[in-house]
Amino acid sequence: MNIHFSPEDEAFRREAAQWLTDNLGGRFAALRFRGGPGDEHRFIDERKAWECHLASGGWTCIGWAPEHGGRGASIAQQVIFAEEYARAGGPGRIGHIGEGLAGPTIAAFGSPAQKARYLPGIVSGKELWCQGYSEPGAGSDLAAVKTRATQDADGHWRISGQKVWTSLAHIANWCFVLARTDPTSHGHHGLGFFLVPMAQDSVTVRPIRQITGSSEFNEVFFDDARASDLLGAPGDGWKIALALLGFERGVSTLGQQMLFRTELDEIIRIARDNGAARQADIRSRIAEAWMGLTVMRANALRMLSEDAGADEQRAALVYKLHWASWHRNLGKLAMDVLGEAAELCPGEENAPYALTRLQSLFLFSRADTIYGGSNQIQRNLIAERGLGMPKEARGR
Amino acid sequence: MHFSLSDEQKMIRDSVNALLAAQSDSAAVRGAMASDSGIDHALWSALSQEMCCCAIAIPEAYGGLGLGQVELAIVEEEIGRHVACVPFHATASLAVNALLLAGSDTQKQRWLPGIAGGDTIATLAGAHFARQHGTGSARWQRDGDGYRLDGHFPLVSHAHIADLIIVAAGSETGTALFAVPAGTAGLSAQKRATMDQTRAQGALTLNAVWLPESARLAQGTADVLENILSRAVIALAAEELGVAEAALQMAVAYTGERRQFGREIASFQAIKHRAADMMLKCELARSAVYYAACVADASNVDDRNSAGALHDAASLAKAYVSEAAFFNAGSAIQLMGGVGFTWEYDAHLYFKRAQSGSALLGSPALHRARIANSLLGAEEFAA
Repeated sequence: MNIHFSPEDEAFRREAAQWLTDNLGGRFAALRFRGGPGDEHRFIDERKAWECHLASGGWTCIGWAPEHGGRGASIAQQVIFAEEYARAGGPGRIGHIGEGLAGPTIAAFGSPAQKARYLPGIVSGKELWCQGYSEPGAGSDLAAVKTRATQDADGHWRISGQKVWTSLAHIANWCFVLARTDPTSHGHHGLGFFLVPMAQDSVTVRPIRQITGSSEFNEVFFDDARASDLLGAPGDGWKIALALLGFERGVSTLGQQMLFRTELDEIIRIARDNGAARQADIRSRIAEAWMGLTVMRANALRMLSEDAGADEQRAALVYKLHWASWHRNLGKLAMDVLGEAAELCPGEENAPYALTRLQSLFLFSRADTIYGGSNQIQRNLIAERGLGMPKEARGR
Repeated sequence: MHFSLSDEQKMIRDSVNALLAAQSDSAAVRGAMASDSGIDHALWSALSQEMCCCAIAIPEAYGGLGLGQVELAIVEEEIGRHVACVPFHATASLAVNALLLAGSDTQKQRWLPGIAGGDTIATLAGAHFARQHGTGSARWQRDGDGYRLDGHFPLVSHAHIADLIIVAAGSETGTALFAVPAGTAGLSAQKRATMDQTRAQGALTLNAVWLPESARLAQGTADVLENILSRAVIALAAEELGVAEAALQMAVAYTGERRQFGREIASFQAIKHRAADMMLKCELARSAVYYAACVADASNVDDRNSAGALHDAASLAKAYVSEAAFFNAGSAIQLMGGVGFTWEYDAHLYFKRAQSGSALLGSPALHRARIANSLLGAEEFAA
């Protein structure tokens, strides 16, 4: 047992760091540290160009198999790249849904023709994806989706229904959609997993204005939208939808933690400057925040360990509940360290609603304990999968 | 990266667990609790002499196994899991680390082989960390060609049965550490009545104790004492991790059997969510303990930055795991309801062990303050 990366991995780290330093200058310099949570709606065109530039250097989809256009990088190397990307101030990725979710799922369940059609566009950074899972009536209970898919005589599919909380739908070229192929079915039976082009009149994207005043996610309306591809067969949708969630092994978590670290550093700097660091309660909470972040990193290293077994799966099971709660608490700590100054927005009087980075943190982090499985759902999963306690009773 | 137990480390864990499961069950623990010494001598012999557990962190040159703080943590975790009544932490962590970090080669040769072989029970008495309260103190002064020590420590882990006590004492010229064998004139130790009866503690009095020059550990400064304590804190946190895990297992097993309203109470979300929080604390505690143990094994205590990283990691582990163990042990009582409150069920053993572990070697509040000083500077707090 140790907490060190191998010399080969450290050499990989230097290579990645060097490329990022060399390439996050010039026309991309303005993107450094931009496009993160609360800022995700900014610099869209520049970030699209950045995705393609990243691809030209061979830094997209590095964990994919070479036959799919990747480098076959190990988990450790993917973690290192995410860490160096964050350290270098790489802008918020907009290709991550294709790279982390759609691509691996297509590689696992797609036909040879589907792989050839969709994977190169993800690797090159030219085709962006969004995720059509949640609906107004299907949040935590995802299997309650009502969106319907019917097959035309020519074999194409028609999709009708409403998706919600769809990040990046307004810029995505494709959406993977969980829809009901059997109208008489219930729950996780009778679902299909569709690849739907967004550029058609029968797809309407409506931004949702968030607590931050900005819009990162959307409602998406499908009104007889056409799709030529589904993965697997009608009825395989639930199996594929769950498999997709399993492809996220958390390699981006250390990059995320690097951002958390810069947030905590900023809070510590402010506390020292404005005297909050003299208050016993603030000192204790800052120490607690540092502890929570350090244990978060240790926990991530455990779950990403090369020889991970049952012990490490337990670490992975609690990870979301920890980081989400920690980050939410950090947002409140930031406001309490700032004191009354926390109210001041950066713009002039009567300026459009705009927030500082820490105000964005405070507000945006309220979503952390909700999306991707709320804290309440996480606790159910931990109790049932981690401790073998009885499953929740379900209504009909 | 291999931040998971190796096969050899799993073997240590499994064999210690098997020994403790067989010899440190509830009846055995209760027998030791009620005994004069407060320890289970048969278990201690098996652990220290047959399995050589005290030899773990001792280099082979001194009769040890030459392993590290990770392996020590593995054994400590199992001891906590079974609330074993043995002077393991006092001997294998507190005293061994004191001798390793502060002793000369001659002093290590003199004391470590006996500890490694399981023939010597040892402990450390000292004012732990600058701001810990109520731990007592001792003073040293030159006296002829040796030293004179006076002082009193109200609670020293296993002092009453120790063959060797490392005493940290102060004077105008600074902190010094002394190796004091049991039976030295002027040294007396009595077992105390303690709320946690699974961790025996003694009161130690030094009344004009005279020691030869050779008893003073060669590198026994305040900085070295802090390094010793940081290592000891990590081992103690590992023991508390075992307590936290056992409490969780106990609560899950009980709520899975207990039926009310026509169903097992483990099926109620109020119970499941508390158990999920307990598991979260266990897993993060595990990450914290083994992270800190790896930092300890990798740290070079002669380098100030490296020592600082050790102190931060140690305080993290102690503060986090103490609170996790207490939360889980308290939750076990709550989830078990009335029977959790009885003497007959074992929940109270874990609850009391969690509390005594939390208080020993600095409370969570003390360790958070230590981290805050490291992050924010100590001077600002004084202002």
